[in-house]
Amino acid sequence: MHVVVFTRSTPDTAAKVEVDGSGAVIWGNAATVVNPWDEYALEEAIVQAKNGGGKATVIALGGEMHNDALKHSLAMGLDEAIRIDDPELDPTDSLAYATAAAAAVNKIGDVDLVIFGKESVDVGTDQHTYMLARKLGWTMLSYVSKILEVDYAAKTIKVEKMYEQGKQVVTSKLPAVISVMKEINEPRYPSFIGIRKAGKATIPVWSLADLGASLPDKKVDVLAFNNPPTKDVVVEMIEGEPEEQAAKLVDKLLEEKVL
Amino acid sequence: MDFSLNTEQLEAQKMVREFCAKEVIPTIGEWDRKQEMNPAILPRMAELGILGISIPVRYGGQGFDYITLGLVCEELERADTTLRVVMSVHHGLNSQAILQWGTEEQKQRFLAPQARGEKYAAFCLTEPGAGSDVASMSATAIRKGDKYILNGEKMWISLATKAHHFLVVAKHDPNATPAHKGMSAFIVTSDMPGVTTGDIHGKLGVRAGSTGWVKFENVEVPIENRLGEEGEGFKIAMSCLDNGRYTVASGATGLIRACLEDSVKYAQERETFGKPIAHHQLIKQKIAYMRQWYDTAYLLCMRVGYLKNAGIRNTRETSLAKWYATDHSVKAALEAVQVFGAYGFSDEYPVERYLRNSKGAVIYEGTSEIHQLMQADYEFGFREDKPLRCEAPAYDPEFWQSEPEAIAGG
Repeated sequence: MHVVVFTRSTPDTAAKVEVDGSGAVIWGNAATVVNPWDEYALEEAIVQAKNGGGKATVIALGGEMHNDALKHSLAMGLDEAIRIDDPELDPTDSLAYATAAAAAVNKIGDVDLVIFGKESVDVGTDQHTYMLARKLGWTMLSYVSKILEVDYAAKTIKVEKMYEQGKQVVTSKLPAVISVMKEINEPRYPSFIGIRKAGKATIPVWSLADLGASLPDKKVDVLAFNNPPTKDVVVEMIEGEPEEQAAKLVDKLLEEKVL
Repeated sequence: MDFSLNTEQLEAQKMVREFCAKEVIPTIGEWDRKQEMNPAILPRMAELGILGISIPVRYGGQGFDYITLGLVCEELERADTTLRVVMSVHHGLNSQAILQWGTEEQKQRFLAPQARGEKYAAFCLTEPGAGSDVASMSATAIRKGDKYILNGEKMWISLATKAHHFLVVAKHDPNATPAHKGMSAFIVTSDMPGVTTGDIHGKLGVRAGSTGWVKFENVEVPIENRLGEEGEGFKIAMSCLDNGRYTVASGATGLIRACLEDSVKYAQERETFGKPIAHHQLIKQKIAYMRQWYDTAYLLCMRVGYLKNAGIRNTRETSLAKWYATDHSVKAALEAVQVFGAYGFSDEYPVERYLRNSKGAVIYEGTSEIHQLMQADYEFGFREDKPLRCEAPAYDPEFWQSEPEAIAGG
C-alpha cells in the first residue's frame, strides 16, 4: 500500500504578511514553516504507512521554497519526497494544483490513500483537495478527526469526521482523499537521524511534461493583492464590579448602536 | 570561520526549540516552584536523542557536530537552566570524557548506553571542602590487586540521584607531590555496593533540577573502570571542563536570549506615562545592552564550536566564552527584572527564575574569578596548554555519522 501526503512551505503564522509597493506578497525576513495543518497530515501518513506495511510519499507543488517543507517531512520519517514545478504551473490556482497533483498520484500508481491538512494557511483554501478527489474519481472525506479502521484487503476506510454540530462516522471505499484536523494525532518532531538523512537527500523535481499533464484553462484570474484597510481600534477598559461593568457595557453598546 | 548554520544545524535547533516550547515552557514554572525535576524530562530528552547529540553514531549518538551541541544547549537554557545542566554533566563532562579518554571497551560499555539515553551520567569532582582548589580533594581510591577501594564524598553533583554512571576523580596516591599527580579518574556505577546519593534542597536557582551529593564507602571499583592511566585524573578533569564549560557558555547565551526576548515583548505591551515603556530611553538602553551581550556571547561560543570541530585545543577560548556568557547572563537577568518592574519581582513572570538560575553558572565549572586568572595567566605567559595523551576528537562527519563496520566473522 502507498500513502501520498501533500504539503507546502508557508510563511510562519506569526509573520507579518503584507503587500509591498510592487504588489507582491511579502513577509520580511520571517522563516517559512510547514503549513501548520500539514504537520498532522504528515504524521498520519507515517502512521498509516507503518500500520499498513507500506510506504509514504510526500509531494509539494511549487518552487524551491517548498524544499524546506519536504526536507522537514523526510526528517519526520516520510519515505520519499517529490516536488512538482513547472513554469506553467501556478500552485495557488486550485484547479491547476489539482490537475498536476492528480497526474502525480496516477504516475506513482499504487496509491490507496491521499492525505491533506485541513487547509493551506497562506492561501486560506481547501478547494484543491476536493478538486483532486474529483480529478481522481475518488471519495473525498474532509475534516477527519480520527481514522477508525483501514482494511487494505477489502479496500475500505472508516473515519470520524468533525462538524460544527458534532461528529459523524462514515465508511468509504479506498482509494480515497482525506483532509485531517488537529485532533487526529500529535505530530512527532523530526528525529536527529531523520534530519541528517533529509539534509543529504536530493529531491526529484517533476515537470508537467514528466507527468504527461496539461493544465486546463484558468477559471480564476488574480488581478491584484491589496493590504486590508487598517482598523482604527480604541480599547477601553471598563472598571467596577461585574454587575456595574455589565451595565456600562450595555450602555456603551446601545450608544454605539451595536444593540 | 563561517558563522552561517547549515540545514542540519538549523533543523536540530528548530526541533529542540519546538520540544521546549511544547513540553517544557508551559509547566517549568510549576516544577521550579515545587523544587522538583519533572520526571518526564530525562526520558523524553533520551527518547529524542538529545542526550547523545554530539556523540558518534557508532557509540550510540546522533553524530552531530560541536556547533549543534552548543545550539541545542542554548535552546534548552532558553527554556530552563535545568535542562542545559543535564547536557553539561551527562554529555559534556561525562560522555565526551569517555569519548576522549576511554578504551574501545569502555566506549561500548558505558558511552553507548549513555548516548542512547538508556543510562544517565554525572561528574563527581567537587567536594564539601574542595571546589576551585581541585588538588586539595579528600576522596581516595587506593589500589588493592585488580581493584581500587574508593572512599569520599562529592558535593553539588548535578543528577546525583538520577545518574547510573558517575565519572569520579579521586586520589590513588594521597601523598603525591605535587598533589594533582596522585589523582585518577574512575567510572563508578550507582549499583556498586557502598554508593549512596541524596538531593540538596533550598537552592537559590536550578530548582527544577537534581543537584545533590554522592558518597562512596569502601566501593570496590574494578581496574577496567579506570578512565585513562593512573595519575591522569587531574588532566582528565581539566579536559572535561573544556567540554562542560562550552555547554555552560552556550546555555548562558540562551539565558541572555530569554531575557532579551521576554523584555522586548513586555516592553511593547506595558505602558507608563501614556506610552509603551519600549519608547522610554532607559528601557531601550537595557534592550540594546542585552542584544550586545547576546551577540558577543553567541559569537564567542561559535568560535569555540569551530575550534572543537577542527580538533584545535580551546581551553582559553572556552574559558573566555564561559566567563563572558555567564557573567552577562546575570547582568541580563537583572536588567530583565528591572524592565518588568514589580512584576519581575514576582513568579507570575519567568524573569525572576532567570535571575535565580543565572547565578549558579558564575560559580560552577570555574568561578568567574578563576576564569579571570586564567585569561591573565595566558596573557602573561604563565600558563600554556600542553598536548594531552588523548586530545578531544575533531568532528569528522564521515566517522561520526557512519555505523560501525561489521566485525569480520562476527
